[in-house]
Amino acid sequence: MKDVTIIGGGVIGCAIARELTRYRLDVLLVESEVEVGFGTSKSNSGIIHGGHHTEPGTLKGELAWAGNQRWVRLAQELGFGFRRNGDLTVAFDESDVEVLERIALQGRERDIPGVEIWGPERIRLEEPNLNQDIIAAVDGPTAGVVNPYEACFALIECAVANGLELRVNAPVTAIEQGADGLLVHAGGDEIPTRFVINAAGVHAEKVARMVGLLEPSIRGRKGEEYLLDKRLAGIVQRTIFPCPTPNSKGILVIPTFDGTIMVGPTAQAVEDLDDVTTTAVGAASTFDLARRLVPGISERDCIAEFAGVRAVAADNDFVIGPTSVAGFFNAAGIQSPGLTAAPAIAELLVTMLGDAGLDLSPRPEFRRTMPRPVHAASISIGELTELAERDRDFARVVCRCELVTEAEIHDAIRRGARTLDGLKFRTRAGMGRCQGGFCTPRCMQLLAADADGGMSDITKRGDGSWLVLDRGDLRGEEVPA
Amino acid sequence: MMSITNLQDQYDVVVVGAGPGGMAAALAALRTGVDSVLMVDREVEPGGILNQCIHNGFGLHHFGEELTGPEYAQRFLTDLLDHHIDIATDCYVLDVTPDRLVTLMSPSVGVRQVLAGAVVLAMGARERTRGAIRIPGRRPSGVMTAGLAQKFVNQMGLLPGRRAVILGSGDIGLIMARRMTLEGVEVPGVFEIMPHANGLTRNIVQCLHDFDIPLHLSTTVVEIHGRDRVEKVTVAPVDERLQPDLSRARTIKCDTLLASIGLIPENELSQKLGLRIDPTTAGPVVSSTMETSRDGVFAAGNVVHIHDLVDFVSQEALLAGENAARYVTGRRPPADNIKLNAGTNVASVVPHTISSDREHTVYLRVRHPLEKSWLRLGEVYEKRLRYVVPAEMVSLKVRPRFLEHFHGDSLTIDIVPRDEPGREEM
Repeated sequence: MKDVTIIGGGVIGCAIARELTRYRLDVLLVESEVEVGFGTSKSNSGIIHGGHHTEPGTLKGELAWAGNQRWVRLAQELGFGFRRNGDLTVAFDESDVEVLERIALQGRERDIPGVEIWGPERIRLEEPNLNQDIIAAVDGPTAGVVNPYEACFALIECAVANGLELRVNAPVTAIEQGADGLLVHAGGDEIPTRFVINAAGVHAEKVARMVGLLEPSIRGRKGEEYLLDKRLAGIVQRTIFPCPTPNSKGILVIPTFDGTIMVGPTAQAVEDLDDVTTTAVGAASTFDLARRLVPGISERDCIAEFAGVRAVAADNDFVIGPTSVAGFFNAAGIQSPGLTAAPAIAELLVTMLGDAGLDLSPRPEFRRTMPRPVHAASISIGELTELAERDRDFARVVCRCELVTEAEIHDAIRRGARTLDGLKFRTRAGMGRCQGGFCTPRCMQLLAADADGGMSDITKRGDGSWLVLDRGDLRGEEVPA
Repeated sequence: MMSITNLQDQYDVVVVGAGPGGMAAALAALRTGVDSVLMVDREVEPGGILNQCIHNGFGLHHFGEELTGPEYAQRFLTDLLDHHIDIATDCYVLDVTPDRLVTLMSPSVGVRQVLAGAVVLAMGARERTRGAIRIPGRRPSGVMTAGLAQKFVNQMGLLPGRRAVILGSGDIGLIMARRMTLEGVEVPGVFEIMPHANGLTRNIVQCLHDFDIPLHLSTTVVEIHGRDRVEKVTVAPVDERLQPDLSRARTIKCDTLLASIGLIPENELSQKLGLRIDPTTAGPVVSSTMETSRDGVFAAGNVVHIHDLVDFVSQEALLAGENAARYVTGRRPPADNIKLNAGTNVASVVPHTISSDREHTVYLRVRHPLEKSWLRLGEVYEKRLRYVVPAEMVSLKVRPRFLEHFHGDSLTIDIVPRDEPGREEM
């Protein structure tokens, strides 16, 4: 019998998993995809919000600032990248300035340090490439950026090192009342468990209905993002927000942790919760709006695009906590700023589980830190020389655009990468300007060698996403979908 | 080919890249009389992209016969191995400084620095990707560049799928249309957004017409479908402004979409070096000796501008290698005195400057196809051209006698329709 089963390995599920492994508990996380973080989390903007944007009186607002303060330590402990680059919310006219004043006030009321309004001179000095028509901006120095997929991997690897049981490719099909708890059907198994946490993202409504709950109702709001060439690195230092409207934070210009510039996200209601298509309309409006903030941005520099679907609950706020079904908890409706709030959401849920009778005796052997993976691209030539003396795989480049060595690929496979995307999101191999044009075969060979399989067994991101066929396959049967 | 394990600390010439450009540059440098040349390549074998081009059609200009890519590469490699040359393969150049300190790394030597008397940059090009043109839709597996598919098929014995639509009529896409058909992969069509093909005419004929593969001009892919693997693509015709007419869209079932939508010079090292870059070629600005804006740093091949034929890469690289050696041995020719400008219907001109005392081969790309045209070099020279198309380079021999009476410092090259009378007929 599991003490807790977490449904969903997005950043919320992963953060809860790691938090729960602090205690003497038997915890399971089931994920429908082949690796964690492969849903909405990997398509996230990667912004750790400063905490001043969210309206008062909401759970989102409370947890965003609480979460923000936890990311520095989390990044240090788990060895993933986090940079407090700050954000600027800009105004083009007097009515925008009124909104900025309200945002600045929100920051002061939450005691967020450093939130202040800048005039044109300060803006030109700090961010000279912004549109010269911008008349004022709110500086939010507490904002930061992470790679959300790296955060998911780091959280789950730490949780697994602390005894979490992780089952991937295990979609939940039903949940029944058991003898002394709930019975979760996932990936062909029946798992008896005392507590279930519904962290199923856009599918949280479907999961809640399995136990007969009518709430939460989850709608999808798609966001398209466009990634630009590193050539533009440094065009802005801070994440640039337009003045928000009641419905949207608008299109942002985001300097990612790795130095690329990302523009987006759009906000479009979608019926199909798996609709991650990018669109010509989305691309055009994203670039138009981004250019209004930073005129030097151009479609010509686009190297990749993607989309994710935000899980939006009925009242537009997070839905966190117990339900009328004993043992069934929600961590649902986690839209923006959900990534920011994730560490605080995890702590809140654990407290709630304790209140519901889960025994939270600390596990003294809890391991809080994980080794920081080496990225050749972000160390000095001296350090790389030393590493290469010890291990020559550090001198063999696999991905030329992002400078990823074979040693990093081996390490990512050791840490659990099983697919081309899993390698890409752990190492950045294939994420640069050639988009895997050169490194894909070598990455596949290394994955195949590790799995004692052939090249045709390797997938982009799990079942059905095969990459190549063997010559014999053309004469044989259809490859199963 | 074993990569060397004993690197010298200094070389007369270091060549970055062992494709056709790098090999020709290294060979010319050795023949011009330098003592030590190091040629570096990221791949395990020298030869560059030629190694995956197993079709024939290479070498007609340079060798006067038709060779396959690997054969063409081997000719140069055999010549190189007759000289004393160090070849470091599986080796990545991390950095080149303006004083030509080259930092490189490979499993056989670790991370090392070598000082070069002269450097030749011959890194070639990479393919434009789906992301560069923002094809809407989903991101399943099965969308790849034509060159990656070529590597899978020709070097690894693997197939990219069962039914492949090809977007773009670049030469690699055309070659792959034929190659996959021969392997039993269905190719329902090649779709080109421009009103004209982007590959060589001979490839249109030999790779598409001979295999009954339709080429749809002024048509593009407007959506990719499929959650895990490509399931179909939507194509639509485009208007003069290249905007798709979605009312005439149709879907095509396929499990693969190959992109053959152009090449981009690989100039990351050039940017680190702070070389002047020509925005039209996306490669370094070069003089008539293929020297870049940095002293002693030369460049040749697709890293400078995208070529149509490998033979011209070799010719340009022989020039670069020879001049790198002349630079090292103090036999540099006089500096250029005339700047060349791209004029009417000329997209790019390489080299960017010439000297009036020597003969030069100048390579041009036109913007629009013309059936009959005049090529005009300022007021000093003109010649008749037939069938200029953007896909094929135009070469112009500029001889010293053209410039005998020219005293300016720049010349503009125009390629204009021949319905206007030529000056000689005026």
